[in-house]
Amino acid sequence: MSKLTPVLSANWDQADSFTIEGYKRSGGYTAVGKALAMKPDEVIQMVKDSGLRGRGGAGFPTGNKWGFIPQGDNKEHYFVVNADESEPGTCKDTPLMMANPHVLIEGVIIGSYAIRANYAFIYIRGEVTHVVRRVQQAIADAYKAGLLGKNILGKGFDLELVLHVGAGAYICGEETALLDSLEGFRGQPRLRPPFPAIAGLYAKPTVVNNVESVASVPAIINNGVAWFTAMGTEKSKGFTLYSLSGHVNNPGQFEAPLGITLRQLLEISGGIRSGHKLKFWTPGGSSTPIFTDAHLDVPLDYEGVSAAGSMLGTKALQIFDETTCVVRAVLRWTEFYKHESCGKCTPCREGTWWLVQVLKDLEAGKGSAADLDKLLDLCDNIMGRSFCALADGAASPIISSLQYFRQEYLDHLSAGSCPFDPAAATLFESAGVR
Amino acid sequence: MSIQELSSEQKVELITCVIDGFEVTVPKGTLVIRAAEKLGIQIPRFCDHPLLEPAGACRQCLVDIEINGRAFPKPQASCTIPVENGMIVKTQLTSAVADKAQKGVMELLLINHPLDCPVCDKGGECPLQNQAMSNGRGESRFEGAKRTFEKPVAISSQVLLDRERCVLCARCTRFSEQIAGDPFITLNERGALQQVGIYEDEPFNSYYSGNTVQICPVGALTGTSYRFRARPFDLVSTESACEHCASGCAMRTDVRRGKTLRRLAGEDPSVNEEWNCDKGRWAFKYEVAKNRITTPLIRDSNGQLREASWPEALAVAAAGLKEARAGVLVGGRATVEDAYGYSKFARVTLGSNNIDFRARVQTQEELDFLTSTPSTAAYSDIDKADHVLLINFEPEDESPIVFLRIYKQVHKRSIKVTSIAALSSRGSEKLNANLIKSAAGNEVAAINSITGLTNKSVVLVGERAAETVGALSAVANLIQKTGAKLGWIPRRAGEVGAITAGALPNLLPGKRPITDAAARVDLSTAWSVDSLPTAQGMDTQEMINSDLQALVIGGVDPMDISADAKVKLSKKFIVSLEIRQSDITEIASVVFPVAAVVEKSGSFMDWQGKVRKFEAAVEQSLNRSDVRILSILADEIGKPINLPTVKSARAELESLGAWDGASPSMKSVAGTEVKSLSNDEAILTSWRNLLDKGSLQDGEENLAGTARASVAVISKFRANNLGVRESDLVRVSNSYGAVTLPCVIGDIDDSSIWLPRNSINSQLIRNLGVVGNSVVKVAKA
Repeated sequence: MSKLTPVLSANWDQADSFTIEGYKRSGGYTAVGKALAMKPDEVIQMVKDSGLRGRGGAGFPTGNKWGFIPQGDNKEHYFVVNADESEPGTCKDTPLMMANPHVLIEGVIIGSYAIRANYAFIYIRGEVTHVVRRVQQAIADAYKAGLLGKNILGKGFDLELVLHVGAGAYICGEETALLDSLEGFRGQPRLRPPFPAIAGLYAKPTVVNNVESVASVPAIINNGVAWFTAMGTEKSKGFTLYSLSGHVNNPGQFEAPLGITLRQLLEISGGIRSGHKLKFWTPGGSSTPIFTDAHLDVPLDYEGVSAAGSMLGTKALQIFDETTCVVRAVLRWTEFYKHESCGKCTPCREGTWWLVQVLKDLEAGKGSAADLDKLLDLCDNIMGRSFCALADGAASPIISSLQYFRQEYLDHLSAGSCPFDPAAATLFESAGVR
Repeated sequence: MSIQELSSEQKVELITCVIDGFEVTVPKGTLVIRAAEKLGIQIPRFCDHPLLEPAGACRQCLVDIEINGRAFPKPQASCTIPVENGMIVKTQLTSAVADKAQKGVMELLLINHPLDCPVCDKGGECPLQNQAMSNGRGESRFEGAKRTFEKPVAISSQVLLDRERCVLCARCTRFSEQIAGDPFITLNERGALQQVGIYEDEPFNSYYSGNTVQICPVGALTGTSYRFRARPFDLVSTESACEHCASGCAMRTDVRRGKTLRRLAGEDPSVNEEWNCDKGRWAFKYEVAKNRITTPLIRDSNGQLREASWPEALAVAAAGLKEARAGVLVGGRATVEDAYGYSKFARVTLGSNNIDFRARVQTQEELDFLTSTPSTAAYSDIDKADHVLLINFEPEDESPIVFLRIYKQVHKRSIKVTSIAALSSRGSEKLNANLIKSAAGNEVAAINSITGLTNKSVVLVGERAAETVGALSAVANLIQKTGAKLGWIPRRAGEVGAITAGALPNLLPGKRPITDAAARVDLSTAWSVDSLPTAQGMDTQEMINSDLQALVIGGVDPMDISADAKVKLSKKFIVSLEIRQSDITEIASVVFPVAAVVEKSGSFMDWQGKVRKFEAAVEQSLNRSDVRILSILADEIGKPINLPTVKSARAELESLGAWDGASPSMKSVAGTEVKSLSNDEAILTSWRNLLDKGSLQDGEENLAGTARASVAVISKFRANNLGVRESDLVRVSNSYGAVTLPCVIGDIDDSSIWLPRNSINSQLIRNLGVVGNSVVKVAKA
């Protein structure tokens, strides 16, 4: 257990961790005072020095993003938190906001102060009503405590924080689609440039950060750059939330330094479902190419995962044991992408429509080996050809599953049906429930 | 103009890049896809349109790009990326990756596209069909189920949508938002079910909706009237000019076996770019109306019209005109050549300056204004303007392409627009215009209050300014004072050309003042006549009221002039040159059939003074342009004008050139004030909606279905006084008659009421005897 470094999740076992009192008792809202005593540029520099990288998937250095905001331009700046966590397998921001919404708010205040924004927005996906209520309450409490609104902590900084609830679209996790949605339009990605740092929300300089990235800032302010950089690996500093789900004995969020391996995480989480063995897994949610048991020792940081042919993504480790049909799993994911494709560009809109049909046939054992090549070629025509990364995410699991499990696809074809018992893969299977 | 010339004129920075191994130099900001066009390299595309903002949605134009040795990791959409120095672009011609990417996208576009090309209107002129052949795979590998939709969906009475054909390029929605300012259609739903749609009960009633049909790269949007009527390869296309207004749109007229089947916007960057309005596009059925006149007619001794041979009709007309004191009403829709024919006919054959093209409210002040104050503005001045001032002019209704041009600059540069009008119209709201509220007839004070105009400002004045005493004098003064560019924009297509042709009682061709002896010498020499009449002639109203014995009348509806015009005209010997039976036919002694615009050649002059030539699209040997008939008639009378063809009229007018002598100066007229007396009175203001009961729109029901509803616009103050709520009926009356319409409560001067001038249930001259600037009673109906 020594590998874990609970920071964001340190107080999650407290009954009142989500209240302002509970947060303060565990040292909350001490960083904001320190930050407001610094110059905004010093805050940005500190976050830059910490090497904190975006936890939403792309891993862009957070401090650099803040540094892109033009200063002294006499324009309104906006600070936007991307809480539209929607990817299959990804479940870190939702529990974080449930258990500790105030650390996010504290991060928002510090980030807004740093980029000279007087308006901030938290964009939460529409389905998580319980989280919406909790964050709403937390914001109200923060206002009451003088942490939001006019002249915060008497330091002369004003900040209005608005919670916005999405209508349930995966695409709104794409930052420019999120901004469109926030402005009241249909969420579809915008043409870039201009980038949000130049023309974002209402065409004003805007920072869009993931929940976890923002929530990581107060600890950096409080404990310093050296403390943060002591954790993690050379280019992937600090701690992060790994979310284990699927066929593991103790699924959940595990906060550890970047660079931990699945082998270590499995040890901490009680291992693969008893009596079974690891078959494949996603390192960072359904849009990242899958790994197999050959990748148990890949360091789970940005570089390590990338070198092994996938992406760290949201560190959503979906674990599948040998009872799982990879074709079926990939089909389910593809159906998700088809459902969530915004429709703006051809490869994604039409490609996911087609992919689902091909995969359905393959899962049912219809088709020939040539269809696998067609499927791969189709992915090649979709991947890197679309407007945003959504379609890349749709193609990734297909390409990687064919890379590691081509024979399993062929087995479907020779059997004329799926050779797996879907019930065997369910978590309640061992309890004998059918 | 070459790029180099362009750049030296506007000092544009130039960029050099390499595309498929060829160097090309283009102005900074040019998109890769456009730079490739310069080299003749066609990159396939759907969503890209040079006049719309880039979308990058269809992904058909993917190319490989490297900049200073650094290659993009994946192909890029060439419609979204501006060229840079040191950029190396490889299109499908030189990059296997780009070629495969394009073929891949094309295959994907086609998986959900129906194979109904044989019945699709677009088949044969379809960018999807063409580019699938040039840049697609030979065969599809798709074996699954295609997306289907119920079809077609009428998104307005004139535009139908077949959703399963749509490739979701968003050209139509971007056009509606960015160009027309009418975002009545949007993309709804998501993924493969994404579709173009309207808001529930609010159809796509934009004045410009037809352009979306034209720029749709597939057959998803079709015109109701043209749907299933023809195959593109059976059509004969002729470049033409629009006859509907003074905007001057270039057009294309498509004819199959002698019948006009459709008209499209032509391309002219200096005029209409690539757009036109729905009236120009769809209002052409009048030429095949049942009441088309096909033979000469003469009135027999019983007072009945009967068909006659040309020689008989010419003899009767000549006899009636020969010794008579006569005049000419040209109408505002004559071509330049025809107007010139009328002008010469009046002077040479009738020996009179009694000629006027104005079939509307007209004044001596306007005559002086048109003679003394030249219009200097052009579309290109709007493009550069710092401020556009609209005086008695609603461009969206009265010159729709002028509206588009102003809107473009409002959209792009947020230029300042000011409108002097009694109310805020939908058009002025779209232009975000600063409204100077003035009751009709009281605009002079508002014009005099204008400050801050520069020589980059553009003042656009509508023909309705003549209805306000002193308004045109104030405009002339304003232009002189500020150096701003002036554009006088009449509604009808023939009016500007008619001025040049001399179809006015005080002007000879080439805008030569009738009172100037040198000017008369010019013309009498050119026309080989001994002398020309020296006195200013009568204007339209004077001719009607006068004791003139005979009138030659072109396309004129007496109801456009005054309620009693027809009765007064019926006492004269009338020679009518007309396309269709009209009120004039009923009182004419002789009627000659003339050709409609699509059947003849000629030219209009747009509001900029730019000549818009066109050739006959439909060959109709029986129909002749007015000028030819006038020439034969002049021969018959014995005072020939020698203009046997349109071409000869054109050549003669051109050889005359423009007047280089002094023009008379403006005789200023002071303004007066119209006042309403009590709470139940209002000052009437009106204009013609673009789509209304105008006779050139006859026979096109689908177009009429998108016209704006006839409503009376009143202020909140008046509504409260009357005790009416929105859409309650109000009755507007005067001693002549009454109009009853549902009301709309709008941003209108409290003392005013607005009615449509010539719409359903509101034809003001017919119903009230006036068009505006007078006091009417308003009551709850």
